[in-house]
Amino acid sequence: MCLGVPMQVVELHDDVVVAEIDGVRREASLMMLGEAVTVGDYVIVHAGFAISRIDPHEAEETLKLMRELFKPEDMA
Amino acid sequence: MKFQDEYRERELVQGLAGAICREAAGLQQPVRFMEVCGTHTMAIARFGLKSLLPSSVQLVSGPGCPVCVTPVGYIDHALALAVLPGLTIATFGDLLRVPGSRSTLMAARAAGADVRVVYSALDAVRLAEQLPQQRVVFLGVGFETTTPTVGAAILAASAKGLQNFFVLASHKTMPGPMQALSSDPGLRVSGYLCPAHVSTVIGGIAYQPLAERFGIPCVVTGFEPADVLQGVLLLLRQHLAGEARVEIQYARAVSWEGNPKARQILAEVFEPVDALWRGLGMLPGSGLAIREAFGRFDAARMLAVELPEPLEPAGCRCGEVLTGRIDPSACPLFGTACTPETPVGACMVSSEGSCAAAWRYGATI
Repeated sequence: MCLGVPMQVVELHDDVVVAEIDGVRREASLMMLGEAVTVGDYVIVHAGFAISRIDPHEAEETLKLMRELFKPEDMA
Repeated sequence: MKFQDEYRERELVQGLAGAICREAAGLQQPVRFMEVCGTHTMAIARFGLKSLLPSSVQLVSGPGCPVCVTPVGYIDHALALAVLPGLTIATFGDLLRVPGSRSTLMAARAAGADVRVVYSALDAVRLAEQLPQQRVVFLGVGFETTTPTVGAAILAASAKGLQNFFVLASHKTMPGPMQALSSDPGLRVSGYLCPAHVSTVIGGIAYQPLAERFGIPCVVTGFEPADVLQGVLLLLRQHLAGEARVEIQYARAVSWEGNPKARQILAEVFEPVDALWRGLGMLPGSGLAIREAFGRFDAARMLAVELPEPLEPAGCRCGEVLTGRIDPSACPLFGTACTPETPVGACMVSSEGSCAAAWRYGATI
């Protein structure tokens, strides 16, 4: 039930954005979001609400950290 | 899909699984980690992640599927409302087939009740606007991810001055049940994969008492395969180092403080109450009820109905599945009397239920 989908903001209105994933567009309310978003940002959308803005820097850091956690021999 | 595909890369998943296997060699005895959230349970089954783990690292499902932990009496209440004349039930699809004591919402709909599936609580508000002659009752179930959306719908209905919108609230909170489980010495859980999206609201800080008081490592973990494996690896490392602290693996969406705006909506519209959990019983302060100031939107206060004595389905062991005591396959009804076509218990109905995941993906959950 807590499923959330990372969607890209394609339109910005007062308290609603239009967000897109794989060509599917949906409105998402900004009532729950405490941070500013702009067109091009990614947000987690849950049940018609943007609940969190995805931090691209943290996303990259996590991938970097993941790659540091294993050694080449772990791939075997 | 950006922020999804990268965390499903074969190389990454394989590497992290290999690292877990290497580090697990340092274990004196097998270790059990609990994934609390139903979405984790589904991701683990769907991506076959258990098959990548060594036998010494076990994952067990917890009480994080809101539909599954909702007691049968709630469905009975919704059913009693559904048959009132001039009343429309608006619900997330997950609840349609959950058995009440005697029936389901789907059966009630087939018998003529007006039961509609909505994608968002705001859709239910729109429905109330479109149907001014009807009373529209939204079924409010869910944890801190979903509850603010229901709170926002109540605030929207209030701003619009709607008189015909109601919520039957049975919201629950984390991490109360995790504390209850941690107090159970029989469970032997050595670490929690903490829910991803609940934590966007409550923040990593919410688990600190759990780590400190019970000495259990907690890692807030995302829902993609590499996220889950990294979460397991971080738990394993804490376990091996004898540490117990809160780490946030899912840092791209979860902060230490969480989302204050969402929590403000929660606090404005809801207040903590004791709540009944399937499998765990009554847990103090673990539920959220609609505050008196918004009482006119509270279906439980405003729409009086007679409620039958709730009857849990005979033989169903959902409660034990939800608390990690048994695997779904250990229930005698699993796959025989209880299948997704003819579910006996909620864990087989919900798209996030452990029994549904075990049935669908043929895995031991």
